[in-house]
Amino acid sequence: MVALLVYPDPPAPLLAQTLDLAGYTWKAVANASVATAQIPDGGWAGAVVCADEDPEGAFGVCRVLRKGDAPVEGVLLLVNGAQLGELEHREDLFDDFCLTPFHPRELEARLRHLQFRAGRVRGSAEVTAYSGLEINTETYQAAVDGRPLDLTYMEYELLKFFVTNPGKVFTREQLLSRVWGYEYYGGARTVDVHVRRLRAKLGEEHANLIQTVRSVGYRFGQTRWGVAGG
Amino acid sequence: MDRHAEYVLRTVEERGVRFVRLWFTDVVGAMKSFSITPAELENALEEGMSFDGSAIEGYTRVQEADMLALPDPNTFELLPWRGDDAPVARMFCDVHHFDGTPFDGDPRNVLRRALERARERDYRFFVAPEMEYFYFRDERSAETLDDAGFFDLTTQDMATELRKQTILTLEAMGIPVEYSFHENGPSQHEIDLRYTDALSMADNVMTFRLVVKEVARTNGVHATFMPKPIAGAFGSGMHTHLSLFEGEANAFHDPGDEFGLSKTGRAFIAGLLHHAREITAVTNQTVNSYKRLVAGMEAPVYVCWARNNRSALVRVPLPKRGNTEATRVEYRAPDPACNPYLAFSIMLAAGMRGIAEGYELPAEATNNIFEMTDAQRAAAGIATLPTSLDEALDAMEGSELVRDTLGEHVFEYFLRNKRREWDDYKVQVTPWELQRFLGAL
Repeated sequence: MVALLVYPDPPAPLLAQTLDLAGYTWKAVANASVATAQIPDGGWAGAVVCADEDPEGAFGVCRVLRKGDAPVEGVLLLVNGAQLGELEHREDLFDDFCLTPFHPRELEARLRHLQFRAGRVRGSAEVTAYSGLEINTETYQAAVDGRPLDLTYMEYELLKFFVTNPGKVFTREQLLSRVWGYEYYGGARTVDVHVRRLRAKLGEEHANLIQTVRSVGYRFGQTRWGVAGG
Repeated sequence: MDRHAEYVLRTVEERGVRFVRLWFTDVVGAMKSFSITPAELENALEEGMSFDGSAIEGYTRVQEADMLALPDPNTFELLPWRGDDAPVARMFCDVHHFDGTPFDGDPRNVLRRALERARERDYRFFVAPEMEYFYFRDERSAETLDDAGFFDLTTQDMATELRKQTILTLEAMGIPVEYSFHENGPSQHEIDLRYTDALSMADNVMTFRLVVKEVARTNGVHATFMPKPIAGAFGSGMHTHLSLFEGEANAFHDPGDEFGLSKTGRAFIAGLLHHAREITAVTNQTVNSYKRLVAGMEAPVYVCWARNNRSALVRVPLPKRGNTEATRVEYRAPDPACNPYLAFSIMLAAGMRGIAEGYELPAEATNNIFEMTDAQRAAAGIATLPTSLDEALDAMEGSELVRDTLGEHVFEYFLRNKRREWDDYKVQVTPWELQRFLGAL
């Protein structure tokens, strides 16, 4: 999993604990040059920048995240009430902010929201579109060749999972646990039934996007080079 | 509010849906519907919409008329024939009392209860019906669109185009079609639906009947699910393929058995056969249904099973080699005018009774069953299906299985309603009688 950038290094204990409990992978950076020097593969997944102690250093980090070698969507700025005036004319440096002392639930919610929006923007070309098929995770809408595809919730979730994981083979059990989750006890037949419904709605031209891999499960789209099991 | 409901609200907003139709079914299987606007939808999903149940066949007595329709967000679909300009969506509803308890007269609730009983023993029930129906020029005369027959490939044929439009509409609504073809009778067609869980399939059958009629109507013709519209031609059946899964395994399959059937599969079939006469009123609920169940028309008449005889009541189709999941049982009595919720409930219950009681499967029917005299069949212990609605209702009335499965409310109402149908029918003087007797006597 790609890491969130966190400033300063080390961050306040409550911030570190909140991120850990929410399940984020994160990496603290001491200043702007570390933020550009240590970009993980795939880029930063987002940033939580705390301006409490050293506002100038914090805005410096935000600035490099906005341009140059480490552009990142989803920058959450933490400021205290007295610093609100300093945000003026700096609106472009962050995507959202949260007042300190923060409530852990609020911080989590804002971060989740930023990640959700960033995911849409960042992933647009390759992740949410495949061979004439488009999935908009913000509006929950799908379209095929520009024509809206009306899906039930589970059909939508299954298609979203396929489109974001093209070329890989999944067993029915994997699909059940990843798409339906643990609450569901309908059995693997449920997956077959939903795949057929999806194929029916995709129409003849696109139905074969979801391929049956005999005695294994299903694969969406083409096998990628180097991916076994095709 | 759960994720499904949120998704529905979101879709309604994104797609600019103008009306949401709430669908439910009365006891005799007619679809009922009322519309709400998107503004009311959130409330409907959370609390249900109240409606007057006293106007619905088999629902309530006047003093307990107010009921709640609770839309099932899993069933949210846009109606493709309403177009994209002002989209209309539908949801199937469960009907509840005001105190939140499920209403006994709701056929969807009857099926939910039957499925829950099976699930308590870790069984999941899947069905796949073969839907047969006729196209006519209009609904007053039985004038057919063509004179073609089974599997005939007709050219420039209007019915072929109708069937194509129907299938595209069904598929757009998430109802996958397995096969479709011209059936045996003139203007008779068959569309086979791919198997799914019984509750979704009962919803699908209701939708199917509407889609077929809707497509026919927009093309200026009439489609009918009347079981026997033409005296000399085959009737329309709804052969239903049944399968039971225990965990991930097909409970009917046993590779070591000569028929590929497990002990469970054998007992299930035995249950269907044992209770066949009692459940026929439910699977074949009109006066007209019994004109289809006659010899020589590939319809079942005798209570027997076989692998490859299309007149047997229960057929065990040979699964394709190696496909163990395909082992299933085909029950051939039902017709497409049935209430699918009740029909699926009662077939499941009969089979489950066979499993619970460990019924023995009788010997496979051989061809000579159909050549025997009535007396020979009686001596061999082979029963005959009821030959009239009257006889079927008598068999149902004494059935503890049917009473228990449908519940007191539906059982009583069904009998009362169908007795009335029989009483109306039996005093009719038919064209056949006039032709036969008016001059001669």
